[in-house]
Amino acid sequence: MAKLIFVVLLTLIPILCTSFSPEKPSDRRILVLLDDFAVKSSHSLFFKSLQSRGFDLEFKLADDPKIALQRYGQYLYDALVLFCPTIERFGGSIDAAAVLDFVDSGHDLIVGADNNASDLIREIATECGVDFDEDSAAMVVDHSGYAVSSTEGDHTLIASDDFIKSDVILGSKKIEAPVLFQGIGHSLNPSNSLVLKVLSASPTAFSANPKSKLTSPPSLIGSSISLVSVIQARNNARILISGSLSMFSNRFFRSDVQKAGSPTKHDKSGNEQFFTELSKWVLHERGHLKAVNVQHHKVGETNEPSIYRINDDLEYSVEIYEWSGTTWEPYVADDVQIQFYMMSPYVLKTLSNDSKGRYFTSFKVPDVYGVFQFKIEYERLGYTSLSLSKQIPVRPFRHNEYERFIPAAYPYYGAAFSMMAGFFVFSAVHLYNK
Amino acid sequence: MAVLTSSSPSPPSMAQDLLNSLPKTLKLKTKQQELLIRVTTLGLIYILAFITRLFSVLRYESMIHEFDPYFNYRTTLYLTENGFSEFWNWFDSESWYPLGRIIGGTLYPGLMLTAAALYKILHFLRFAVHIREVCVLTAPFFASNTTIVAYFFGKEIWDSGAGIVAAALIAICPGYISRSVAGSYDNEGVAIFALVLTFYLFVKAVNTGSLSWSLASAFGYFYMVSAWGGYVFIINLVPLYVLVLLVTGRYSLRLYVAYNCMYVLGMLLAMQIRFVGFQHVQSGEHMASMGVFFLLQVFFFLDWVRHLLGDAKKFQAFLRITVTAAVSVGAIALGVGMASGYISPWTGRFYSLLDPTYAKDHIPIIASVSEHQPTAWSSFMFDFHILLFLFPAGLYFCFKRLSDATIFIVMYGLTSMYFAGVMVRLILVATPAVCLISAIAVSATVKNLTRVVRAKSQTIQSGSGKGSSASKGSSKGVVDNSQPFQKNGAIVLLLGAFYMLSRYAIHCTWVTSEAYSSPSIVLAARGAHGQRVIFDDYREAYFWLRQNTPPDAKVMSWWDYGYQITAMGNRTVIVDNNTWNNTHIATVGRAMSSYEDEAYDIMRSLDVDYVLVVFGGVTGYSSDDINKFLWMVRIGGGVFPVIKEPDYLVNGEYRVDKGAAPKMLNCLMYKLSYYRFGELTTEYGKPPGFDRARGVEIGNKDIKLEYLEEAFTTQNWIVRIYKVKPPKNRW
Repeated sequence: MAKLIFVVLLTLIPILCTSFSPEKPSDRRILVLLDDFAVKSSHSLFFKSLQSRGFDLEFKLADDPKIALQRYGQYLYDALVLFCPTIERFGGSIDAAAVLDFVDSGHDLIVGADNNASDLIREIATECGVDFDEDSAAMVVDHSGYAVSSTEGDHTLIASDDFIKSDVILGSKKIEAPVLFQGIGHSLNPSNSLVLKVLSASPTAFSANPKSKLTSPPSLIGSSISLVSVIQARNNARILISGSLSMFSNRFFRSDVQKAGSPTKHDKSGNEQFFTELSKWVLHERGHLKAVNVQHHKVGETNEPSIYRINDDLEYSVEIYEWSGTTWEPYVADDVQIQFYMMSPYVLKTLSNDSKGRYFTSFKVPDVYGVFQFKIEYERLGYTSLSLSKQIPVRPFRHNEYERFIPAAYPYYGAAFSMMAGFFVFSAVHLYNK
Repeated sequence: MAVLTSSSPSPPSMAQDLLNSLPKTLKLKTKQQELLIRVTTLGLIYILAFITRLFSVLRYESMIHEFDPYFNYRTTLYLTENGFSEFWNWFDSESWYPLGRIIGGTLYPGLMLTAAALYKILHFLRFAVHIREVCVLTAPFFASNTTIVAYFFGKEIWDSGAGIVAAALIAICPGYISRSVAGSYDNEGVAIFALVLTFYLFVKAVNTGSLSWSLASAFGYFYMVSAWGGYVFIINLVPLYVLVLLVTGRYSLRLYVAYNCMYVLGMLLAMQIRFVGFQHVQSGEHMASMGVFFLLQVFFFLDWVRHLLGDAKKFQAFLRITVTAAVSVGAIALGVGMASGYISPWTGRFYSLLDPTYAKDHIPIIASVSEHQPTAWSSFMFDFHILLFLFPAGLYFCFKRLSDATIFIVMYGLTSMYFAGVMVRLILVATPAVCLISAIAVSATVKNLTRVVRAKSQTIQSGSGKGSSASKGSSKGVVDNSQPFQKNGAIVLLLGAFYMLSRYAIHCTWVTSEAYSSPSIVLAARGAHGQRVIFDDYREAYFWLRQNTPPDAKVMSWWDYGYQITAMGNRTVIVDNNTWNNTHIATVGRAMSSYEDEAYDIMRSLDVDYVLVVFGGVTGYSSDDINKFLWMVRIGGGVFPVIKEPDYLVNGEYRVDKGAAPKMLNCLMYKLSYYRFGELTTEYGKPPGFDRARGVEIGNKDIKLEYLEEAFTTQNWIVRIYKVKPPKNRW
């Protein structure tokens, strides 16, 4: 979009939030809103894992009248954890719109819902493309994928191992043990292209009120039910929405698990690993890319021109780094592509890289003049999207840039000059030779 | 000399007084007196032509008018700042985003070069004027020069009296003033000067058979080509004229020299203009001149052969063979050229001149321009006034004294009158011809009458009772010398002519002041108490754009406002008044006539940041975008058949009130024009949302915008600017 300024979405973040710098994209200060302080101790393992990674957690009751997300136009927190599924109204100045504005300003959000989730939580989720089951008493029931326990129960405690296949989101270490889930299911709004199922229910699951008899077919069935979903917004804010608050609890973290029909019994459920890795992703400790130092110039020159000419040879380079949680590491991939774009890509080339984060290529400007853009649209599952565009006009030849004498035209030059000479001689003869 | 009273009644009499009061020793001879009066009159006409065009500067301010002049001004500014080489090679990335436009290769640079030269000269003479002042006053200055050329032209075709009358008539003729008031910095301003100059020099060359006059006319033609696309008129009229002379047996060596030199050199010179290039040998519109050129050679050759042979019978046989061969070779060459695509077919504009209904059926983008509409009778009356009646009289005199020169002016007059009837703006081309021919009528009549009056005095009788039958008596008087009331009749007729010419002067001044001096970028209206109300919304909006949007922001608007946005707002536009790419304009038309979500995709694909619409519902300004909207639909639908005109009409009727078509009520243009308008009460006693431009209450008052947001609306709501929102963050 911008002339000589490339719009990198992630550089927009510091404009909106001073504490969250593009240099260190990981969050620092997190506000945790709870229904009651018992959750703080019952879910202490999850909170501890965050604190041990250097996050500064602030626990507040959701209806605390003093809570505020921003003061004097500055956000006080980098991320928000809503472990308050039943809250009907937040205290203080916060409402659903404020939470969404918080996200739209580039901050992260973790929502732990539950059955009986309040309209407020549902509204926030809906705005993020996640629709909880309308029946607030409904829970996800799976009569073949339930977690085996001592009591027979109603099969609402599910052991699920249907993870999203992304090392960036869930870490490179495979999660061996199934994840325990007990709560409300949700579906993803098909018109939302950004929301992803991280943990989906098995094909035999359905969403219904386990205490009442099923009279009509359940609205949510099978693997279209999502248990845990994430959204990476266009400004790279990340949102985690889970249908179960108890998934985060110490009890589920420590519990042993055996999926029905599976012979293996795991001593420890996958919940701890799942949420540790997922929270790393949500809080930008992983999968965060930045592109810097975009350079382009003619071959053999170093200065960036303000305009190219058609058929110029040019070189383009950009550096891409990934945030490892503490430092920027070179990002290495072989699928980064550059477009030379004017209404449609005239040049589309894969960039080569030197494994030190520098991507480069060279190509010839097409034989078309106009206002082009160097465009990099790099969107990979789990990574922040890189969207760079840099406008550059391409002009045709100047009048004195064409070849002065074309060999093929020598007959014509000869014709013209011999004509002139002949005319001169003829005139002289005709006029003076009487 | 009674003629002079037409434009400037007092100066000659003052001059006379001055002469009378001089001592006897200084008394001039009659010839010298005549010369002095003539020069003084011309000088006064020169000044008059200039000052009558300054109404706009006095009423408003020294500013550039309308649409195209803003482009000319911008390019002139660029020329003076960056020099000729940069101007010649200028690739403008700020218009026609993202295609860009090669300015140097797609404009007629004559106007800009003229203004820049004037600017350089003034600065050399240490007049520190701004280039804008030069641009504003270029057209009046050249109108003044045209009067001088008109004098010489009139002198060439008739006599010096006709020349002076022609100069006086053209100085104030509304048909010419409409395009040459101060601030109307457009190609036509200098082009009419170049046109008349070329014609004058050519007629002079034909009359004298002189190579140097012919060379001069070639240079005049070169200047015309560099200034205006209307040069096509010259390059077709001159061959037509030559052809007519050939057919009527008026072929002469003078004609041969004049045409060949003018054509060959004029063509070579014209090729130096990048925008014209090889059109003289490649385009169908220029083929007539080339054909006539070859025809002349054949004619000359035949003449020579006849001279050699001296035997009529042999020559007849030879003639038959040569003519057949020449015609067939020409036809084959033309046919091969057309078929191979080397000679391009006629352009749409040219077709629409020959067939006025062509554009309406085939090219909506040409038909949509108001100045391309067929001319109404009233505008002939408005622009020519008495010249309309004098024109046939002048033709009569021309036919009575037929010469090469009068044939030329007759042909110029008749063809340009036809074109003036086809397109409103070509009245401009007809104006010099009409003025010249009318001048012949006036001059000849007045001369005849004064001769009668000055004749040996007969019995003087009181003519007061015969005033009512003036015309009858006079017509007899001129014809029949034995008529008793001849002298009185002549006096009455002279008075009549004086009255008519003074009415003409009054009419011209009134038209100039009331109709043609409005800059159209600043609107004026009468308030409730008769005071003048100025709507300066356009400039308000453009300066808002300049100061409040990022420098690289792209603004989408209908093409009419493109030049103004780039020149005044300094922002990139998608389409502008140089309508070279119909598809791009159709894309904008499609966006304006689609629903908001479809339009959003189009706007995103064009990187549009702002949308600008012009809306007259609050002020009653009728040439706004809603009234132009059907053209957007037609032009958009011409390229994208998903846009269908009947969707926007109800029973063939275009309306914006409750009965409007549903697609109309929800298309982008409607929404952007009437956003928040439903809350506004525009007129006392009318419901809110009453559109004063169309006089109805609007049909959709509850307009919600999803993908755009209002960024700026000017004081009188004439210009409304919307910002295109970025895509939703979480979807």
